[in-house]
Amino acid sequence: MMGDLMGIINLSETEEILGELSRSRPLAAVPFAGRYRLIDFTLSNMVNSGITNVGICIQHKYRSLMDHLRSGKEWDLARKREGLFILPPAYTNNPMQIQRGDVENFYSNLDFICKSRQKYIVIAGSDMVSNLDYREALNFHKKTGADITILYTKANCSTHDCMRANVLKMGEQGQVIDMKEYNDSKDDQNISMKTFIMERILLIELVNDCIARGDYDFIKHCIIKNVNTLKVYGYHHPGYVARISSIQSYFEHSMELLSPQIWKELFFKSGLIYTKVKDEPPARYMAQADVSNSLIATGCYLEGRVENSILFRGVKVHKGAYIKNSIIMQNCKIGPNAVLENVICDKDVSITADKQLKGECNYPLIIKKGQVI
Amino acid sequence: MHKKQCVAMLLAGGQGSRLGVLTQKIAKPAVPFGGKYRIIDFPLSNCYNSGIDTVGVLTQYKPLALHAYIGIGSPWDLDRIHGGVYVLPPFVKEQGGKWYKGTADAICQNINFIDRYNPEYVLVLSGDHIYKMDYSLMLAFHQDRQADVTIGVIEVPWDEASRFGIMNTDEDCHVTEFDEKPKQPKNNQASMGIYIFSWPLLRKYLLADEQDDSSSHDFGHDIIPKMLGNKHKLLAYPFEGYWKDVGTVESLWQANMDLLNEKSELDMYDSSWPIFSANPPRPPHYTAATAKVSSSMIGEGCLVYGEVKNSVIFPDVYIGKGASINNSVIMTGVRIEENVVIDKAIIGRKAVIKQGATVSAVQQQEGHKIVVVAADMIISPHSKIGTSVSCPTDEEFCGKEEAQL
Repeated sequence: MMGDLMGIINLSETEEILGELSRSRPLAAVPFAGRYRLIDFTLSNMVNSGITNVGICIQHKYRSLMDHLRSGKEWDLARKREGLFILPPAYTNNPMQIQRGDVENFYSNLDFICKSRQKYIVIAGSDMVSNLDYREALNFHKKTGADITILYTKANCSTHDCMRANVLKMGEQGQVIDMKEYNDSKDDQNISMKTFIMERILLIELVNDCIARGDYDFIKHCIIKNVNTLKVYGYHHPGYVARISSIQSYFEHSMELLSPQIWKELFFKSGLIYTKVKDEPPARYMAQADVSNSLIATGCYLEGRVENSILFRGVKVHKGAYIKNSIIMQNCKIGPNAVLENVICDKDVSITADKQLKGECNYPLIIKKGQVI
Repeated sequence: MHKKQCVAMLLAGGQGSRLGVLTQKIAKPAVPFGGKYRIIDFPLSNCYNSGIDTVGVLTQYKPLALHAYIGIGSPWDLDRIHGGVYVLPPFVKEQGGKWYKGTADAICQNINFIDRYNPEYVLVLSGDHIYKMDYSLMLAFHQDRQADVTIGVIEVPWDEASRFGIMNTDEDCHVTEFDEKPKQPKNNQASMGIYIFSWPLLRKYLLADEQDDSSSHDFGHDIIPKMLGNKHKLLAYPFEGYWKDVGTVESLWQANMDLLNEKSELDMYDSSWPIFSANPPRPPHYTAATAKVSSSMIGEGCLVYGEVKNSVIFPDVYIGKGASINNSVIMTGVRIEENVVIDKAIIGRKAVIKQGATVSAVQQQEGHKIVVVAADMIISPHSKIGTSVSCPTDEEFCGKEEAQL
């Protein structure tokens, strides 16, 4: 049946993990891949899966996120019926109350979930960057007759950062036997994508049940506690997943986009990724420009040398500048003869002439938004 | 209905036959330009930037792509409750339908539209030119000088003056004489095809002109000379800056190349006067280690492995390893395979240039000529293309026919 799936994007994520990059914005609004913010991937996946009813549970520091989403028009979610709904955090209903967890956010927005008309609901976060169609997982969910389906990806924890991930122990039929926070094993693991499919009615039951017992953490109390009492299945998403869990993984996954194969998969596979548009002209290469193995967004103006780097929209690179293994966000200016290596420049940074800045490949130097150096 | 001070009427029905295969399927104002835009983005964005929020777009020739593109006008912030953009194709009346016979007739047939807003002034624009212009300054000039008509003029090189409508004026900018394409031009002030009329006066002239069987119903040919003859106050408003008529393949190519000129007067990167366009949802383009790109513009979603110099590349173009592109315009979705050589060419949407092929102008006596490869053509491996190719003339290269939007 068409239109039997709705979406909730749950943004009660720990944003401290991205340090300076998430100082003034939630994780969901952290810029990624030259023109996007992390939430664009989950939101576009939902839209590309035929979902037209999306609620976004916001938590902290959401000004930049609201500015990004506005009416939802760019995702075709400014609709007469349904569309995009911003669901305010629980403490706005009851300012004196101590804020304990995301189930409270669901609970205080239960009206929205109750009055939606879709049978199924997909709940996802914004820190798992991928391009997928939730309908495939929904079909799996229907076929197995599961109560809850958890989407997961496989990762080798000796090479990938698995800290704070939820790992799944799978049974032979694809059911989830156990789910817990990752603790120090070096093998291949089934990593939960923090994406869950269930019937909308079940979500309402789980939330009411949690609140009635004084529980408040969606994954721990609504999912993990029920792994053995409900029929919980795991759906393996075989495609590319970038799990943003630290500055290092943010940097690493950004650099992976310089592989055209990953670039194609992440931006085109199941549908296009939408974002707020900026009406920038095409990127301009001047006579002296020397660019190799890099992603260059619209509105860039290049006179210098750029290597293994990602340039967001409207970046200006002056003559003699050399940018290597770096991420330069929107509207930064890199002055003449400046040299940058393993650097992440947040938005609106200006590096004046002849400066030399260098981080390490596993510890990039982050320049705060709006800094002039 | 809300009264508007000024309503713009944008003439976008022209075929642009001198653009050849580029307007085989689309009207001239819909022709792509500058790595992202279509020609009509310039007047529409100028309207937005000049504070004009009510624009009628008169369409006639092959309007599908143009209508689909304009939509409800969102890219130019023209999806408004009061005013906004209106697409105005010819329509059938009780006595049958009539095509727009000329520029003045097109406006005349839409008097009802203009009357809805009861404006004091009507700004007439054309969809053929690349330029950035603040119409509000021209309107202020028209108001301050209490003109009946103000005509935008620009200085053109003397040797080209005979291609334009030339305005002869006194020292006070009063138009004394209008020479349409004069053999011996008396000056080099060319009409830009931009007029501001005081609406009640224009309305009267349009209705009278409609009854005149000898008239060609054209502003330059009929309305302006009649007004001049009746001693109305016609002023020339001198415009300084970049302005280019892109009516021919050569001039369209040249205007694209002008964007790459470091001293170009047309600054696309000036955020105080943005040119809006539809934004394709594509990722940043990828420039590979084997690529070599200089003096060029590259759109989003491209994959570049080859060499690009002095060229304008639209979104979603693939440029294979060893390919070399010089002085060319490559439109959206083109695939250029390995070791292809392209020089002084315009490659239409979604064309495929197979590996090892060469697309380059044969040297002509009067200098270079631009090779155009029409949209959706497939150029076979290692073939040499020296003159423009299109369907169905060059059947061997015809790709799949697709509605072009």
